[in-house]
Amino acid sequence: MKMKQILSLALGALFVAGVMAGCGTEEKTGAGSEGAKEFLNVSYDPTRELYAEFNKEFTKVWKERSGKDMTFTQSNGGSGKQARSVIEGLEADVVTLALAYDVDEIAQAGLIKGDWLKKFPDNSAPYTSTIVFLVRKGNPKNIKDWDDLVRDDVAIVTPNPKTSGGARWNYLAAWEFARRKFGGNEAEVKEFIKKLFKNVVVLDSGARGATTSFVQRGQGDVLIAWENEALITLKDSPDYEIVAPSLSILAEPSVAVVDEVVDRKGTREVAEAYIKYLYEPGGQEIAAKNFYRPRNKEILAKYKSQFPEITLFTIDEAFGGWSKAQKEHFADGGTFDQIYQK
Amino acid sequence: MAVSVTRNRFLSADFEAKQQRTSVSSEIFVKWLLIFLGAAFLFVMLILPLVLVGFEALAKGWDAYLAALTEPFARKAFLLTAEATVIAVLLNVVFGLASAWLLTKFDFRGKAVLGSLIDLPFAISPVVAGLFFIMLFGRMSPIYQTLQDLHVAVVFAVPGIILATVFVTFPFITRELVPVMEAQGRSEEEAAATMGAGGWTIFRRVTLPNIKWGLIYGIILCTARAMGEFGAVSVVSGHIRGKTNTLPLHIEILYNEYNFTAAFAVASILVFLAILILVLRNLVEWKLERKSERSGNHGL
Amino acid sequence: MGSSGKVIPGFHFTMGITFFYLSLIFLLPLVAFVFFASGMGWEKFIDKAFEYRIVHGYWMSFSCALAAAVINSFFGLLLAWILVRYDFPGKRIMDGLIDLPFALPTAVAGIALTTLYVETGWMGQFLYALGIPSAFSAVGITIALVFVGIPFVTRSVQPVLKDLEPEIEEAAAILGAGKWLTFRKVIFPELVAPLLTGFALAFARGIGEYGSVVFIAGNTPFETEIAPLLIMTELEQFDYQAAAAIAIVMLVLSFLILLSINGYQRYRIRKQGV
Repeated sequence: MKMKQILSLALGALFVAGVMAGCGTEEKTGAGSEGAKEFLNVSYDPTRELYAEFNKEFTKVWKERSGKDMTFTQSNGGSGKQARSVIEGLEADVVTLALAYDVDEIAQAGLIKGDWLKKFPDNSAPYTSTIVFLVRKGNPKNIKDWDDLVRDDVAIVTPNPKTSGGARWNYLAAWEFARRKFGGNEAEVKEFIKKLFKNVVVLDSGARGATTSFVQRGQGDVLIAWENEALITLKDSPDYEIVAPSLSILAEPSVAVVDEVVDRKGTREVAEAYIKYLYEPGGQEIAAKNFYRPRNKEILAKYKSQFPEITLFTIDEAFGGWSKAQKEHFADGGTFDQIYQK
Repeated sequence: MAVSVTRNRFLSADFEAKQQRTSVSSEIFVKWLLIFLGAAFLFVMLILPLVLVGFEALAKGWDAYLAALTEPFARKAFLLTAEATVIAVLLNVVFGLASAWLLTKFDFRGKAVLGSLIDLPFAISPVVAGLFFIMLFGRMSPIYQTLQDLHVAVVFAVPGIILATVFVTFPFITRELVPVMEAQGRSEEEAAATMGAGGWTIFRRVTLPNIKWGLIYGIILCTARAMGEFGAVSVVSGHIRGKTNTLPLHIEILYNEYNFTAAFAVASILVFLAILILVLRNLVEWKLERKSERSGNHGL
Repeated sequence: MGSSGKVIPGFHFTMGITFFYLSLIFLLPLVAFVFFASGMGWEKFIDKAFEYRIVHGYWMSFSCALAAAVINSFFGLLLAWILVRYDFPGKRIMDGLIDLPFALPTAVAGIALTTLYVETGWMGQFLYALGIPSAFSAVGITIALVFVGIPFVTRSVQPVLKDLEPEIEEAAAILGAGKWLTFRKVIFPELVAPLLTGFALAFARGIGEYGSVVFIAGNTPFETEIAPLLIMTELEQFDYQAAAAIAIVMLVLSFLILLSINGYQRYRIRKQGV
């Protein structure tokens, strides 16, 4: 009797194990057969169109230069979430993220070498962008600069700096504006930022969600957005216009080769060529066409008319780099949390 | 004395008839009031969102709608969703039957805890459920290196998506079966067992006919939920287009590309599939109901 | 009762399947997760899990989920009742519709609901006119949670209601009990158990819901931040342990809710059995 009980218990277990193993065999064929024919660029949300076009072009370029066929795929999502996926095991050959902080985190996990920022020109940022305001046609609330955002009658849409990389650029741009305005008086700066966020009607979790709230759902009077996102919206719909503030931040989206992955897959050569091509005229042209500010002076001059003139500052000048800014402003208990504390 | 009794009876009969009449009309009133309330609730909470999906899907006409559905990435996403759903449902049927049998036919210590454990995936935020698998199979896991050496990719690949789908749907069938089997009691199975029937025979001949409703409901729910699962799958998928995108993730991608029409078009496919399954279920139900009417009530 | 339970065969077989499946799919990942989180130590755990802002998030999630579960219990019971007891045109369609919230990806539901309930939406325009802010508020969160929880109560109550023997009700009617009295005294007690199950499932599901809520919540700190969003927020800062701390608190609370309801039902069954 006892024997029989144990036997049936084991039978039940074996059954489940068998089914699970059935799934397991399937796993192997799925992962093993792909080889190094596929190349993955893990990127953030607003670069979908950019890399869709870039991948198409680079497939041809790579075929010409190396004679090899390779499929270039992309994955898009919130910058922080994407960085986390890479840390957790998503096999990215290169990452092209919204801010250096996210790449730093991947480096800290040991997947990318610590000196990645200096590996490619211009802080490993082949294109830049900035933060502008998107308002409804005719600018009914007469919004001109950051000052106007703290007026009582203005409703703002911006993503949440805690969950969106892009929103951190927004926050820092506003902060620096206030700091210059109040001559560095931190209490007044905080009050300014506090008032600004009091006017926020929706704190969407991502940049694209915020744009949708503003455009599709008609929330708010002004959207604080990436310049490239604002320009895309403008291209699709004539009901909006861009307002350039007097001061904004130079946003440098970072790119890096994921060393651990390319060394294992044997794709270092193509990964480096991929990123280098971003700096070449062909790549720069695609970036400019997708509303990113190219680093290449000639191509920038060619597309000059689409980018409004704004005085830009860099994060290193104003905040001493990303890790410092992250700690002071966006970590738990940072200034962003403080402005919501009563 | 006798006269008064008759009169009383007379009066009371009259009174009862009156009451019957008023109660019939008030019953009809209550019936339609309740139906109206239920319909209004469903209309506002359910039908309107679905109408909106259809409305948005067709905002740019049929051609755009069809183009969104026949696009290769959409097709791949559809196939992946189908694969994950079928495997998850099969696994969960086996588990659901076994666990419901265990929970209703036997008494043992820790039964309440086991029952609650089976329910728990409901309470776990799907996002956290996804994280579970990341911690177990991802790069931070101690077994990650072994998996790498074996060339087994679990998370950010198809198996991870299946696991996440199984996880979020696994209580459904158990939950559907337990109340039905509980209401059924054990006497029939006990009788069969004392007459010497084996476990499989008892299950097939005695239990299954009684619980087939619950089982079908469970499978329906499980299928529906597996098709639509977003949160957990989103965490383990890696969002690689054409490789690890299920339909819900594909919808999200389209939405984030400001391609609202295509997003809602693909969403409408999920709605349509769900309705199809539900129609199928109703057909089966109707057939079985007629059958049981013909053969008389099974009852106790 | 105890000994007669083992007359039926299959105890060890089903126990084997249940236990191993549960372990593989659920307990093992759970243990991995807790193990991972345990690196932080108690101090950080308490610190993170019970920070004021996070506690507000739990409160938001729990109160909205509770409100939604109550609404769903009422309408779920009502729907089950009309679907089982009445005949009317469109009944089958209505019956089929109830499961749809399961099939719709939560994100699609969230997007659709937000579009409906913002100030310019089909529903929102009326609600805002009545002074009810139906989007980006606790009301909005509750609406989303009602949507995801619709099937639970109806589907728990329906089969039990179907199996109720009409004889008892007829007897009650013969004894002169009115319809309402019959329902309250005869039918309702039978439905308490499935109703509670449905309520608990809707409640528990609501607490953890993220996909549909995040669009309609507005996500303002200290106002409309839900606990699952806070988990995402912590993850976004690469603070896995803080995220795990919040997740574990929610898990324990949900488990306690489910456990107490399961325990209560077992207690009732035992009492009835005696």
